[in-house]
Amino acid sequence: MTGERQLFKGAEAIAEAAIRAGCRHFFGYPITPQNEIPEYMAKRMPEVGGTYLQAESELASIHMVFGGASTGARVMTSSSSPGLSLMAEGASYLVGAELPAVIVNIMRGGPGLGDIAPAQGDWAMMTRGWGHGDKRYLVLCPSTVQEAVELMAQAFDLAEKYRNPVVLLGDGLLGQMMEPVVFPEAIAVPDPPGWAARGKPKDRRRVIIRSLYLDPAQLETHVDGLFAKFAAMERDEPRAESWCCQDRPPVVVCAFGTVARIARTAIAQARAEGLPVGLWRPITAWPFAAPSLREVARHANRLLCIEMSKGQLVDDVRAVLGPDHAVAFWGRAGGVVPTVEDMLAQIRAQFAQA
Amino acid sequence: MAQHDVVMAGFGGQGLMAIGKLLAKAAMCEGRHVTWLPSYGPEMRGGTANCVVVVDDAPIGSPFVQHAQAALVMNRPSFDKFAPLLAPGGTIVVNGSLVDDLPVRSDVRVVRIAANDLAARAGSAKAANMAMLGAYLAHCPVVRHDTVRDHIAAAFAGKNSAVGEANVRAFEAGLAAATRAT
Repeated sequence: MTGERQLFKGAEAIAEAAIRAGCRHFFGYPITPQNEIPEYMAKRMPEVGGTYLQAESELASIHMVFGGASTGARVMTSSSSPGLSLMAEGASYLVGAELPAVIVNIMRGGPGLGDIAPAQGDWAMMTRGWGHGDKRYLVLCPSTVQEAVELMAQAFDLAEKYRNPVVLLGDGLLGQMMEPVVFPEAIAVPDPPGWAARGKPKDRRRVIIRSLYLDPAQLETHVDGLFAKFAAMERDEPRAESWCCQDRPPVVVCAFGTVARIARTAIAQARAEGLPVGLWRPITAWPFAAPSLREVARHANRLLCIEMSKGQLVDDVRAVLGPDHAVAFWGRAGGVVPTVEDMLAQIRAQFAQA
Repeated sequence: MAQHDVVMAGFGGQGLMAIGKLLAKAAMCEGRHVTWLPSYGPEMRGGTANCVVVVDDAPIGSPFVQHAQAALVMNRPSFDKFAPLLAPGGTIVVNGSLVDDLPVRSDVRVVRIAANDLAARAGSAKAANMAMLGAYLAHCPVVRHDTVRDHIAAAFAGKNSAVGEANVRAFEAGLAAATRAT
């Protein structure tokens, strides 16, 4: 990181980071609380010779992403929870056609139209059920505006490395809050890769981008190939942070995104009261950093998952740790942000039960 | 310095978000950690709007604060909402031009200034927010006054310089009125 600290809104910082990562094509449809991403792109893309295009719907924008990605360009879209539901079909097509793209989800309260306040109810959708068929997405979960900037730069590289969509999963707090950030230097727009469909001169082989394989045996071979990539992601890409775990605390809070940063304050206050508690924070929602979680759980026999949902990360934690660990859950839904005071009360309750 | 947090609330269009950003920028320029978090209804103008600014020497956990140490309230609905939530010992800066002289909890410091009148006399009726910011900084020395003055001037650089000067004067008037109020 070089350069000066600048005060940036999370959504705008994500957009600027994408441009600095060589993205020159943004397709999107407005929805709160992430409208500052398309707004910023509408202003900045013309300045860097890029394309900002407002689609007529989220279905259109994800398929514009498909088209742009087919040419090997760095492309992205952004939306919030209901918009991601609409994009599910196109996202599955991107995986099927092995197209790299970056998709930002700034989550809001649901289900349905819900509200425009911060929430984390899309963890399960992004890690399990986003669209039809056998597939996975690499899902990155920043906790601060600075981390969002850094992960955004990596998201394009990861998408191209695996030729698979990468999701940046934030929430309305991250999208709307301002924080000082330092941006990386802008990189040159990378040359399109060999597989890209950019017209066929006589000396170039024919390129077909598709997700349709009518022969079941052929499709199975294709899906096996996709899952070989997913296995490589599971081996090489899981990321998590363990914080305040050096003294092997018996209680560890599990939280991701902005909830994890709020939890840091609660954990610091709990430690000031003499309660040894740590934090385990997944940075990749998928692939899930199971080895890191198991390491923390070697000394922690009580884990407390805190989420802005009715409990989704907790399912992954329980699946990894099995019945030997007490995994408790506490969360707020509907766009209500858990406070430090509430979290501290939940941490104290864990020690009271221990 | 330990964490300081402040909520700034009023009608949309009163410029609460703007003075919150000014404070956040000033804190950043003084090398502090800072977060700014807005909350508003779907309306651009007329609805209620507030922002929370947190300043600390250490990295900030929650950008959202339930019981802020200080509150700037520019209208009656904001007074009704945030006066009861203020942390004990906190400071509430009230825009006396729009909020009646109501009884406030005895465990908080009340700073009443006629922000709209001060701003009008300073040369811009729209600069009441700057008077509020000045009154707040008179009692909560979170950032240096000079840093804020520079940022107000910078915010209006390249625009109507008379408006920028009126905003600085409104800031000074708020600062002076709040100093007299104690």
